Amino acid sequence: MTKIIIEPNWCKSCGICVDFCPTNVLELDISGKLKVVDANACISCKLCEIRCPDLAIEIEED
Amino acid sequence: MSKLDKYLRTDQMPHFACPGCTHGTAWAAMIRSIEQLGLDKNKTVMVCAIGCAGRLPVYLDFPSIRTPHGRALSYATGVKLANPDLNVIVFMGDGDASAIGGNHLIHTARRNLDITAIVATNEIYGMTGGQYAPTTEGGRFASTAPFGMIENQLDVCKLVEGAGASFVGRGDVYHVRELKDLIASAITHKGFSLVEVFTTCPTHFGRRNNMKKPSVLVEHLKNLTVSKKQAEKMTEEEVAGKLLRGILLKEERPEYVETYDRLAGFKEEGESV
Repeated sequence: MTKIIIEPNWCKSCGICVDFCPTNVLELDISGKLKVVDANACISCKLCEIRCPDLAIEIEED
Repeated sequence: MSKLDKYLRTDQMPHFACPGCTHGTAWAAMIRSIEQLGLDKNKTVMVCAIGCAGRLPVYLDFPSIRTPHGRALSYATGVKLANPDLNVIVFMGDGDASAIGGNHLIHTARRNLDITAIVATNEIYGMTGGQYAPTTEGGRFASTAPFGMIENQLDVCKLVEGAGASFVGRGDVYHVRELKDLIASAITHKGFSLVEVFTTCPTHFGRRNNMKKPSVLVEHLKNLTVSKKQAEKMTEEEVAGKLLRGILLKEERPEYVETYDRLAGFKEEGESV
């Protein structure tokens, strides 16, 4: 299974990763904090990782 | 925590840019291409100047210089001439490169010195309050263009091409995978190489142009550019108004340091520098 690592102190909640995720793995909660809602749906396309302007998200494949 | 930690001054992170500012994406693509090429951290010099883009290389753990506004390329010229073994990378914003330092850009391109310049074009002066830049698209709104931009948009790629650069490329932060390879080929090119990267500024550009959401602004870039290969198959009307993406020019031309060394007798004819 892929591991989604989020660095909460670096994330600025811009939502770019959420909107570009093809399988809706990520979500911003009510307070604007980024969280993983469906880790199993992740297809490791790494679009979130390479589009993140703050290097705050990373996908690790086994 | 990131794979790129070894290239970062992690104690300074997170960087200063606004949420959704994709200068960071262009900056990250540059770090990834450096990683891909396996450049020696101590033999790669980052030169940057003023502005949102100009401040980002400060967060990188490379030998770096922060220079007066628009003068990054002049300092880079000095660094390269003093020690030609170094890889010199300049990260600039569009205003910094094409307006304040426009003349330096032309003449560095003309000399064909082995420097890589990355110009992050967000079409606005973000740090000073959203004034229009020479690269602002016609009709777009800015704090100094409340009724829309009436000037012609400057094409940085055409400018340096005309000035004599031997490598010119254009990318954007929507097609970010292509961007990494584009920057990598610019760094490996012998001679002056420039990559113009279209980025977004949600705080000033997006807010004034009805695209406040960062992802909407990135999506807008998708329709703004078309790859060079794709454009060949399209009709003229379809390509009209779009910017070409990819390697726009790549030529082998005598590099300045090589020619200089040969004339000064430092290196024999045919010997690699």
